[in-house]
Amino acid sequence: MNTMTFEEILNRLRATRAWRSIFRRGPARTNRTRSLAIFGNVFLHLLPVKVREQSLRVRATYYLGTISFFMFVVLTLTGILLMFYYHPAVPQAYLDMKDLRFVVSNGVFLRNLHRVAAHVMVIAVFWHMFHVFYRGGYRPPHEFNWAVGVMLLLLTLLLSYTGYLLPWDQLAFWAITVGTNILSAAPFFGSQLRYLLLGGNLVGENALLRFYVLHCVILPLVAALLIGVHFWRIRKDGGLTLREDYERDKK
Amino acid sequence: MTDVLATAIAGRPEESERGEIGRRDFFNAIAAGAFGIAGLGSLVVTYRYLLPNALFEPSMNFRAGTPDLYPLDSVTYMPDQQVYIVRTGDGFYAVSAICTHLGCNTQWKPEAGLIACPCHGSKFKSDGTKVEGPAPRSLPHFSITLTPDGELLVDKLETIKPGQALRV
Repeated sequence: MNTMTFEEILNRLRATRAWRSIFRRGPARTNRTRSLAIFGNVFLHLLPVKVREQSLRVRATYYLGTISFFMFVVLTLTGILLMFYYHPAVPQAYLDMKDLRFVVSNGVFLRNLHRVAAHVMVIAVFWHMFHVFYRGGYRPPHEFNWAVGVMLLLLTLLLSYTGYLLPWDQLAFWAITVGTNILSAAPFFGSQLRYLLLGGNLVGENALLRFYVLHCVILPLVAALLIGVHFWRIRKDGGLTLREDYERDKK
Repeated sequence: MTDVLATAIAGRPEESERGEIGRRDFFNAIAAGAFGIAGLGSLVVTYRYLLPNALFEPSMNFRAGTPDLYPLDSVTYMPDQQVYIVRTGDGFYAVSAICTHLGCNTQWKPEAGLIACPCHGSKFKSDGTKVEGPAPRSLPHFSITLTPDGELLVDKLETIKPGQALRV
C-alpha cells in the first residue's frame, strides 16, 4: 500500500510554486529560519522574534494583555454579526434589540457574548494596567508604550460608553443623559462638546446615530491602530518588564 | 550639467549669507503654508459640518389648556413637556421638571409636598426652590402667558425669575 506520512504531504506542498510564492523560506527548523518566519509575516513582525523564557510564565503577565486583545477580537466579531440585524434609528433600535433576544436564531447568545466580553475587556484592561504599574512597567524604556496603553484604556471606556446607548432602552437613555450632562460641566467648551456629541440638545435620533458610528467605526479603528503600535513597541523596547528586572532595578 | 550643479551648490551659502531665502526653502515654505491652511480649513469645515443646522426636536413652547383645568394649590406634571404647572393663590407658574444636577426627570410627591429626583436624591419645593442637593440650583421657571383664546402658553426657551405668577 502506498501511504504518505503527514511530513511527506507537507513537504510536497512546500515544493509547490504557490506555497513558495507565499513563504519564501524553508521549514522553521533553525534559529535563522524561525526568525525569518516572524520577519516575513506582516502580522507576526509586530511581535518579538525571541522572548525570554521567564516572560512566558503565567505569573509574568497573567496573560492580561492577551486576554484584553482576545476580548477585542471577540467583540469585533460578535459586533459585526449584531450589525446585520440592528438599525441605529428611533424606535427601530429598541425593537431590533428585542428581536435579537427573542426572534433571531442564536441572537441572544451573540448579544450576551458581546455584552459579557465587553465587561471582561474593561476588567482585563484595568487589571493589566494595575499589573504593569505595580511591576514598574511604565519606566524607561517603556514610557511611550505606557502612554499608548493609557490611550487604549480610555478608548476601551469610550467604546463601553458609546455601546451603552445602542439598545435604546430607559437605562441607555438616562445613562447617556446623565453622562453627557457631566460632559457639559467641562470648563469653557462643555455645552458645545455636548451639542457636538449628541447632534442636538437632547438624547435623540442624532445622538443614537453618532454613538453608533463612533462605536462601530471610529473608536474600533483607532483602537486597532493603537493596539498595533502597542504590540510593536513591546518588541522595540526589548520585551516585557519582569519581576526580576524590577527587583534588580530597585536596588 | 556639472557646471549647473556647481553653481547651484556654490550659490547656496552666498544666498543665506545675504539673509535671502533659497528657492528650495521658499517653495518648501509655500507648500507647508498651503497644506497648513488647507488642513486647518478642512478641520474647521468638518467641525461646522458636524453641528446640525436643523433639529427635529420637540417644540419648546406648548399650550397647557384653559386655567380652569387646574385646581387651586395644585401641581400638575406635563409628561410630554417635562414641566410642572403650579397653581397657587398668587396665580400660575411653570416650573421645569428637569433636575438641575444631571438632567433626570423629577417627580412630584404629593404626600411629602416635594419634587424629588430619582437619580441622585435632590429635593425641591413645589415652586422649584432647592431643598436638598446634589442639585446646584433651584428648578428654573418658564414664561407662562395667556393666549387670546384663553389658554395657558408655556415657552421653555424663556426662563423668568421666580415669584412672577400669572394672574388669571
